[in-house]
Amino acid sequence: MRKSLTLGIAALALTITACGRKEPPAIDVPPTEQPGGDTSGVAPGDVELTELPAMQADLVARAGSDTVYFGTDEYALDDQSKATLAAQAAWMLANPNVRASIEGHADERGTREYNMALGERRANAARDYLLSQGVPAARLLVTSWGKERPVATGSDESAWAQNRRAVTVVVR
Amino acid sequence: MIRKCALFATVFGLSTAALSQDQGDPPEIVGGSIRSAQTIAVPAMPATQGASEALGRQIAEVISSDLRSTGAFTPLGPNGIGGYTVPQAGSPNYGEWRGAGAGALVAGYVEARPDGRITVACLLHDVTAGRQLASQGFTVAAADWRRAAHKCADTVYARLTGEGAYLDTRIVYVAETGPKTNRVKRIALMDSDGSNLRYLTAGRSNVTTPRFSPNGNQLVYTGVLARKPRVFVIDVATGAERLLVPGGAITFAPRFSPDGRQIVFSWAQGGNTDIFIVGANGGVPTRLTSAPGADTSPSFSPDGRRIVFESERSGTQQLYVMGADGSGQRRISFGGGRSASPVWSPKGNLIAFTRIGGGFRIGVMDPSGGNERILTNAWQDEGPSWAPNGQFILFHRTQQGSGNGTLYAVPVTGGAPRRMPTPQGGSDPSWSPLKN
Repeated sequence: MRKSLTLGIAALALTITACGRKEPPAIDVPPTEQPGGDTSGVAPGDVELTELPAMQADLVARAGSDTVYFGTDEYALDDQSKATLAAQAAWMLANPNVRASIEGHADERGTREYNMALGERRANAARDYLLSQGVPAARLLVTSWGKERPVATGSDESAWAQNRRAVTVVVR
Repeated sequence: MIRKCALFATVFGLSTAALSQDQGDPPEIVGGSIRSAQTIAVPAMPATQGASEALGRQIAEVISSDLRSTGAFTPLGPNGIGGYTVPQAGSPNYGEWRGAGAGALVAGYVEARPDGRITVACLLHDVTAGRQLASQGFTVAAADWRRAAHKCADTVYARLTGEGAYLDTRIVYVAETGPKTNRVKRIALMDSDGSNLRYLTAGRSNVTTPRFSPNGNQLVYTGVLARKPRVFVIDVATGAERLLVPGGAITFAPRFSPDGRQIVFSWAQGGNTDIFIVGANGGVPTRLTSAPGADTSPSFSPDGRRIVFESERSGTQQLYVMGADGSGQRRISFGGGRSASPVWSPKGNLIAFTRIGGGFRIGVMDPSGGNERILTNAWQDEGPSWAPNGQFILFHRTQQGSGNGTLYAVPVTGGAPRRMPTPQGGSDPSWSPLKN
């Protein structure tokens, strides 16, 4: 409803709900799925994954490492990476009841969205190599964390080198 | 008589002298241009019909702070200057205000209405010429008094600079806490002056790059589901959200189309990232690009006909423009170095971007790729976003080492970036449309 003001000023009525007055429920993404829980209606690939710390430790112990590293702005696998991945593949074949989420990361010297793409490219390269070693595709998931999850904090070559990586995460 | 063009000839004339580079020269940093800001008195507003005096002062404080933040004004008061009565709002003592050193005056009053709302009258006076330039009234719920103050400041700003309003807006950004190796990120929403801060997500999963829908009622952003980056649409008022593209797709970098009906985004699969578009309510996405390498950071032109985006198909990150249907993809950035994260100005006349080369800096170029200007100079400035009037660019600045982010706004005409007030670190800021 608008009323003209006594000084003849045109009133601009704003019908504004009291936004900002009440904290809305902070709804996050769908809750973590429990193993064996009802996943009907949720598309494959949208079901939450469960990490398996004991199995992860076993992968690291037997394959030597769950991580391979990359050059700046690169996604090629060097000989060390291939050897590590070959060992990981052997572990995967020896442990057929788990899957792996291959997760690519970038260092902080790229813009945010480009680094998301770069991480996926690195993860994909690692995944392809695991495939070539005989790991079934259905057991390998690919993702990217971009520059969001550094493991080394410095802004120097050493830290950046540690952050340019693909990690094989054992999941159910 | 103040003629608004002459008043600001100094402001804009000097800064435009630093524009335009020869192709091939390193772009000049435009900063610190000398400008004469308009002195404007902003005394506490008188209160009437039961409104409180304190509210009249608070409204003037918000107006004064808003006008100072534009960089175009030197506000006087409300502290340290006198007041006036309600009738004097329309008929001030111009001689007195001239004597106080003011060239302009914002007067008005705040009135409590029987239905619980308040009305804020806003009158702009040319003190030098001794005449009223503008008057507007704003009726709001009492709890929304700040919006009335912002709209009054917008009236003053628009009338005296000739630019569009932008102060009655909100800013969404990613609030960051915790150490660099375990950052907690939440989507945060605040008024353009930092007030009314609230969080839309709880921080349980990583969030990046939120962007408003054209009507300001929704946000689209990149969250995480099942350990993958995923695009979500969230309702600003209720917090309810939904996944845009189901089925395990790695999707990120989402933006709304200007009509709000579609969302353009990046989809990474098989080691390649391309740009897709889908209805804002979901559906089967349509592919727009297919080149090898990363295609990302799409941004619509304000007329909805074209999209600027970033692609490394030439070997390095560069900017490209295509039709909204993906046709006619052509490179526009040739200014040297790499260019990323482009954003088309709401005025259509400029594209803001991140220039990469020995660090990241914020720049602008014409939609054809010419007339590049670099606006900032720090270790890492990225993620530009335009104010709705096309005059200011939000971005975040990352500190070397700590990785801590701070939000800044830089005038498109050049000049020192101004820090945006947030209680904690922040990144990926984005400006809301003007709300009316």
